[in-house]
Amino acid sequence: MTVTTDLLLEATGVSKAYGAVVALKSASLAVRPGEVHALLGANGAGKSTFVKILTGVVHPDTGRIVVRGKERTAHSPAEARRGGLMSVYQEPSLIPDLDIRANLRLTNTPLEPFRHWLGQLGLTDLDLSSLARRVPLASLRIIDLARALAIEPDVLMLDEMTAALPANLTERVLEVLKTMHGGDRSVIFISHRLIEIAAVCDRATVLREGETVGVVDVTVGSEERIVELMLGQSVEGLSARTGDVTGPESRAKTATPRISARSLNSGTRLHDASFELYPGEVLGVVALEGQGQDELFDILAGSSRPKGGELLVDGQPVSFRHPADAIRAGVVYVAADRAEALLMQRSIRENIALPFSTRFRSWGLIDLGKEHESVDGAVTRLQIDARAGGEVRRLSGGNQQKVTIARWVAGGVRTMLCFDPTRGIDIRTKTQIYRLLRDMAEAGAAILLYTSELKEVQLVCDRAIVIFGGRVVGEVSAADGDEPTLLRAAYNLRSEAAVPEAVAAMLGSSSSSADASTSAGSSRPEVQQ
Amino acid sequence: MSAAVFSNRWLSPSAWRNLFRDWPLLPLMGLLLVLVIVIQLADPGIVTLPWAGVIMRASVPLAILGGCQTLTMLTGGIDLSVASIASMTGFVTATFVHSPGGWVQGMAIALVAAALAGFVTGIGVGIFRVHPLIMTLAMSFVVLGFANVWQLQMVQTGAGVPGELRWVGSNTLFDVIPYSLLVFVPLTLLILLGLRRTGFGRLLFAIGDNPIAARLSGARSWQVLIALYVLSAVLAGIAGLVISGFTNTASVSLADPYLLPSVAAAVIGGTSIMGGRGGFSGTIVGALILTVLTALLTVLGLPEPTRQIVFGSIIVVVAAAYTRVTSES
Amino acid sequence: MTAAPIIARQGPLDVFVPWARRNAWTLGLVGFLAGLLVYTKLIQASYDASSLQGLAIGVLPLALAAVAQAVVVLSGGIDLSIGSMMALTSVVCATMMKGQSEQFGIGVVVIVLVLGLTLGLINGALVVFTKVPDIVVTLAMSFVWAGCALLVRAAPGGGASDWLKNLVLGSVVSDWVPKSAIVLVVVVAVVWIPISRSMLGLSIYAIGSNRLAAFRCGVPVGQTKISAYVLTGLFSALAGLSLTASTGIGTPVPGPYTLMSVAAVVLGGVSLAGGRGGLFGPIVAVVVLQMIRTDMTFLSIDSNYAYVAQGLILVGVVMVGSFAQMRRSRA
Repeated sequence: MTVTTDLLLEATGVSKAYGAVVALKSASLAVRPGEVHALLGANGAGKSTFVKILTGVVHPDTGRIVVRGKERTAHSPAEARRGGLMSVYQEPSLIPDLDIRANLRLTNTPLEPFRHWLGQLGLTDLDLSSLARRVPLASLRIIDLARALAIEPDVLMLDEMTAALPANLTERVLEVLKTMHGGDRSVIFISHRLIEIAAVCDRATVLREGETVGVVDVTVGSEERIVELMLGQSVEGLSARTGDVTGPESRAKTATPRISARSLNSGTRLHDASFELYPGEVLGVVALEGQGQDELFDILAGSSRPKGGELLVDGQPVSFRHPADAIRAGVVYVAADRAEALLMQRSIRENIALPFSTRFRSWGLIDLGKEHESVDGAVTRLQIDARAGGEVRRLSGGNQQKVTIARWVAGGVRTMLCFDPTRGIDIRTKTQIYRLLRDMAEAGAAILLYTSELKEVQLVCDRAIVIFGGRVVGEVSAADGDEPTLLRAAYNLRSEAAVPEAVAAMLGSSSSSADASTSAGSSRPEVQQ
Repeated sequence: MSAAVFSNRWLSPSAWRNLFRDWPLLPLMGLLLVLVIVIQLADPGIVTLPWAGVIMRASVPLAILGGCQTLTMLTGGIDLSVASIASMTGFVTATFVHSPGGWVQGMAIALVAAALAGFVTGIGVGIFRVHPLIMTLAMSFVVLGFANVWQLQMVQTGAGVPGELRWVGSNTLFDVIPYSLLVFVPLTLLILLGLRRTGFGRLLFAIGDNPIAARLSGARSWQVLIALYVLSAVLAGIAGLVISGFTNTASVSLADPYLLPSVAAAVIGGTSIMGGRGGFSGTIVGALILTVLTALLTVLGLPEPTRQIVFGSIIVVVAAAYTRVTSES
Repeated sequence: MTAAPIIARQGPLDVFVPWARRNAWTLGLVGFLAGLLVYTKLIQASYDASSLQGLAIGVLPLALAAVAQAVVVLSGGIDLSIGSMMALTSVVCATMMKGQSEQFGIGVVVIVLVLGLTLGLINGALVVFTKVPDIVVTLAMSFVWAGCALLVRAAPGGGASDWLKNLVLGSVVSDWVPKSAIVLVVVVAVVWIPISRSMLGLSIYAIGSNRLAAFRCGVPVGQTKISAYVLTGLFSALAGLSLTASTGIGTPVPGPYTLMSVAAVVLGGVSLAGGRGGLFGPIVAVVVLQMIRTDMTFLSIDSNYAYVAQGLILVGVVMVGSFAQMRRSRA
């Protein structure tokens, strides 16, 4: 079947539903030969499903994908690769227990081109006989990319490949991508960093709520347009506030902070996090993916121990060795990943009552009456729709998320850490969760809320801290925290004017993106020069 | 799938699927009933109350050992040391029959030894994170070795299964109700209650279903696992006493033929080896099914070899069926 | 930039040191075994070439069983039906060979090997297509294969061609080189070396090491898994043949080989999680275990302590291993 042949890859009307949940409504993508094409979308826009469909991991319900004029149906990454599409993921696809040479052989990678690209990417001292397990992660990512380049697919897809790469390597990667312009092959580039997209991409396709909402030519100032497309119309009437926005000044500064973090350092991505969380407030955490917020929450929840810094809970220095210690200190954690938080094969009741029986002295008989009372209380308070009954995995995503929160509400909350609790759930449930968080704060609880949906900051938070490159780089009050401001803060762009100028500088000269991010006020330590 | 539901709610595959998923005991009971009917057809008049007593008596040790597998499988583990622990307990008890302390002393010593073995297993699994398969396998070697050593020590004194154990293991009330139910019913109630109504039971399910979630909720799994493997070993020891009474023999390899069927009983009973799903009532029915099946094959003149082949096939088919109905499409 | 500087010139030491580091565990085992042999000679002066031949014949079935287990464990699975497959192949072999000509015996060996491949294929296909955990499927199939073995022969018996028996009996070149050891090395090398160099070998390691990465690299995960089980079936059949060769008969009851093979694989440095280890380590581990047993006899220690020792060694090795891993992941 032949369609418009001047496109290298064309996907039209692609949709996918998981049961009742529509992950992708109608996505399309058209990639011309020799272009670097960005695929953008906020969390929950369906980007990851679209990527999985393109790479053959997931089957679309409708729609078609045409590569070089030939319709393609891939059932596995291997078939997708034969069809000319290859992906590089954030997690490198190298087999840890094989050496690099065997890894290359596994994918039939020609050695000479691989070496060429490795050199281009600046990795010159690689011993091909070392086990992948022993090679540093950043080098593995580079190896993964060099391997994909050496295979010379028609379309190379980089899925958040640069998200966890040190700045100097990112720069190399972008340099190499620039050389792909005007050739025969193309690149689909997925990144959260607009600055990288501005540096290398020709066009950008933006997804929102499962649909392709626009294709933008990436030129000077096009970021505003991209951000606009990603955000869409703001949803009205969501505010969970009962009164006016309360600024930080209205809070009694004299109260002992529930949590005070002093220069927390995880030894990996988190370098220096200091902030204070007071009773009665919802404190937002704003950060792009992989800026150290995961590590921060792990430390606060007792899942991992900090390498440095000090953590005080209610004014007392603490050292959590296990989540149980944090829970005993009144710090409870609502995980982002519901698969990480729920007993999927157990009932709602057992899930909510789980923390009741974790301590050794509660191993005995359960007082079912009391348990019913507190569980039912929590179910009612969160308006959990328990009609589906039985196993929690049969509940909708929203109800599942409510169960993870209800688990702590049932026992009474002093300090709650919420990591993106509204990711991928419907708007009604979101509103209910906002209300609940506000109510709990009003009742004196302290809540730390990381959110990837920036509008939530104004809807629920009193103020927000911004984390970039493993450091707390700023604080925004809810009153000032509109989305553009927060997005700029999250990208560590200081002022309105900074965006176009930085981009212009970057596009205009051959200077590297690392320079640009420095001029835009980056506090990253790894930046070259 | 949804179309079928609307067209004919009760005969559609999905309705059956849901039934199987929500009430796994029903199809199991159905299977048991079918087997009983088949055996009655094959040998008319065989199904009587005394026959039922014989089946129950033979199922009791299997069900207890199946209970060990159920409890450990709920946490995603398995206990391959139950057979050697059971044999050891029965054997050690029997060697004390002529000693001044009597067999009661021997039983106490044997059960303490079993608990100790379980404690060590629990430490290996819970603290050192050794795979339960390996840990319990190694423990079975250790227990077997010590039991053999004990056997050589005891050659001169002689051994015999105490009359009380024979009475519990073999005798029946009115030719129907085996006295081993005196041991089994309290144990069953304890396990069922323990799994449903205690914090410990909840934690077993939680650790098996999602260890990360259990940890994030504050559960310290090593405590649970140590207690679990001690419990499993003690249960295995009790089963060993019943087996030695049932067979009126005591040897260090007495319970070996029970090892794989005990896992089979738990799997057929609907306990997932991946953890988090299942229960003891299913295992009891599983043990009954295996026992009736053995009887049926004997009646049909298809003894040992066919029995094994049918056992194996049933496990695969039932496990595959569970996997199908419980996996989310 | 040219490709040349990417790989530095390597002297023999540069090749040897990483190789030794990668195979440290196996090398340690070999060293330990050498020490054990010397020690045995010291405590028992009469330990000679014929004892060594006895040792080699004695370990042959378990060594092949360990190899069979190692292949499937490398792919991330486990096979609890190895003992039963050995029993089945062994009785089939003994039953068919009894009273037949030597030439017919060769045909029987071929048939038995094909049988082994088929058994493995069935195991693997069931694991992949039913999605039931490996451990459950192979446990169930162990009943099935053991039942089939009993159907073939209800009691030990049958016979073996003389050439088959002679294949493992005695020595070649020198009295100190037992034939059965040569057979073991040749058989394993002939089957495994071509495979380990091939795409299939890489794929087996790949799916055991990291399933997702292997899938993304385009490895056919299900197919590879089935192939691993087929290989395990083949090695189990070889182990069954060696049982018949060394005893001259077929025994329908599975020996302790399944669980012992798991133990040997772990001791041999193969990670139960898959992807890590080789086939040589498990073989050495089997010999070490047998030597410990022999030495305990010579020292007139109750042979039952050998069981205890086996269990303790197994636990000790795994505990140290997982402890080291915990420390590494924390660091």
